[in-house]
Amino acid sequence: MEIAKRADAELGAGTAAEPGPRSPGCSLRHFACEQNLLSRPDGSASFLQGDTSVLAGVYGPAEVKVSKEIFNKATLEVILRPKIGLPGVAEKSRERLIRNTCEAVVLGALHPRTSITVVLQVVSDAGSLLACCLNAACMALVDAGVPMRALFCGVSCALDSDGNLVLGPTTKQEKEARAILTFALDSVEQKLLMSNTKGLYSDAELQQCLAAAQDLSPGFGQLG
Amino acid sequence: MAAGFKTVEPLEYYRRFLKENCRPDGRELGEFRTTTVNIGSISTADGSALVKLGNTTVICGIKAEFAAPPLDAPDRGYVVFLSVPNVDLPPLCSSRFRTGPPGEEAQVTSQFIADVLENSQIIKKEDLCISPGKLAWVLYCDLICLDYDGNILDACTFALLAALKNVQLPEVTINEETALAEVNLKKKSYLNVRTNPVATSFAVFDDTLLIVDPTGEEEHLSTGTLTIVMDEEGKLCSLHKPGGSGLTGAKLQDCMSRAVSRHKEVNKLLDEVIQSMKHK
Repeated sequence: MEIAKRADAELGAGTAAEPGPRSPGCSLRHFACEQNLLSRPDGSASFLQGDTSVLAGVYGPAEVKVSKEIFNKATLEVILRPKIGLPGVAEKSRERLIRNTCEAVVLGALHPRTSITVVLQVVSDAGSLLACCLNAACMALVDAGVPMRALFCGVSCALDSDGNLVLGPTTKQEKEARAILTFALDSVEQKLLMSNTKGLYSDAELQQCLAAAQDLSPGFGQLG
Repeated sequence: MAAGFKTVEPLEYYRRFLKENCRPDGRELGEFRTTTVNIGSISTADGSALVKLGNTTVICGIKAEFAAPPLDAPDRGYVVFLSVPNVDLPPLCSSRFRTGPPGEEAQVTSQFIADVLENSQIIKKEDLCISPGKLAWVLYCDLICLDYDGNILDACTFALLAALKNVQLPEVTINEETALAEVNLKKKSYLNVRTNPVATSFAVFDDTLLIVDPTGEEEHLSTGTLTIVMDEEGKLCSLHKPGGSGLTGAKLQDCMSRAVSRHKEVNKLLDEVIQSMKHK
């Protein structure tokens, strides 16, 4: 905590918190973000959404193995470590989602034949984990000074059996939900960068969730 | 001369075709490759299907075995993936895959198929139960890609659906005296497949153009991909967009309508195949 406060004073690193009373419907849980907490990585950030917390560290642009090198842009790598146990297939799938989202916004062409590594550690999981990981990754990339064409934010919504929308669901809400949709939206035009869904839902419900997420994303953009 | 241009500037070569609203293999932007499906080819499996989407070939085999039902749900069976990956991308199908532990592509595809199975509730787990608390069926599903030419997700989903429709489970009775299961291989019944999830994949080019059913080369050149899995009521089981260029709501709507028409095509094909099997 002390290191974070010192970093605050010296480098003016951002610590922002947005209190939000949890009213049913369209407001999120309390979310907060802290940057520059770790000394070794080039950039780091911790993103808290309610009780879900993810710590991200970014190394790069750095040296890349010749086998992984791309001649005209940077090689992005994402490593996601769960809180308990060894990383499995689900983590691999999430890593690919986060990596492809980052690749869409990071200006890799400015750093060819280098590697940018994002390491995410799940500190606590109380729902909306993928969205929290995306936000942490974005904040860490900003803290590392990696050139990006836009910021992105992760928003997760749950549809319960009555068709009500809940944004940023907790673990309990996720279990009871009929469908859980996670989106990554870019900050410039709120376009859909990444989408990962669980459960059955109709096209109209999808549009509803997407619209709700797009209304929220400018708020996230201000954090960065 | 065209071959030389293609090697040196593959993206430019491709753009020339896209300008004329077609692709190097002669397809239109919204056209799928020829789809062929063959079911029941593996006699040692309880259900099997082989799907060819152009050159992409995936074979799915399903074996049913006994197991004790999970303790927290004694009236249900399992649908299991044999020690994930249930999707195997061997070096046979493409030079980009090496021998050894499953690579990222195989793991991601396995997770996708697992999610589709769970989200679409294609089989009611209660149907797999033989005797509550004591015996249930376990379905081991294995998908192997024999030829990788893009759009592996669509092919795998279709192969799994066709194989599940082909699965015949024998009748099992529990003998009261010996408490052993007696299997009557002569009396077999089909699995109750409740929905038909069909996947439609798109590739995004230059952040604006959407093409359906990308080949291996097109996937490599694309700036993003999108897969929509829909069932027959128009409900979405999965909207899988692993990053890549941004899409607006309007573009998504176009994709939805294409997914609906693809669902009809696939359904028709599947019905024909199943009918032909039943007539034998």
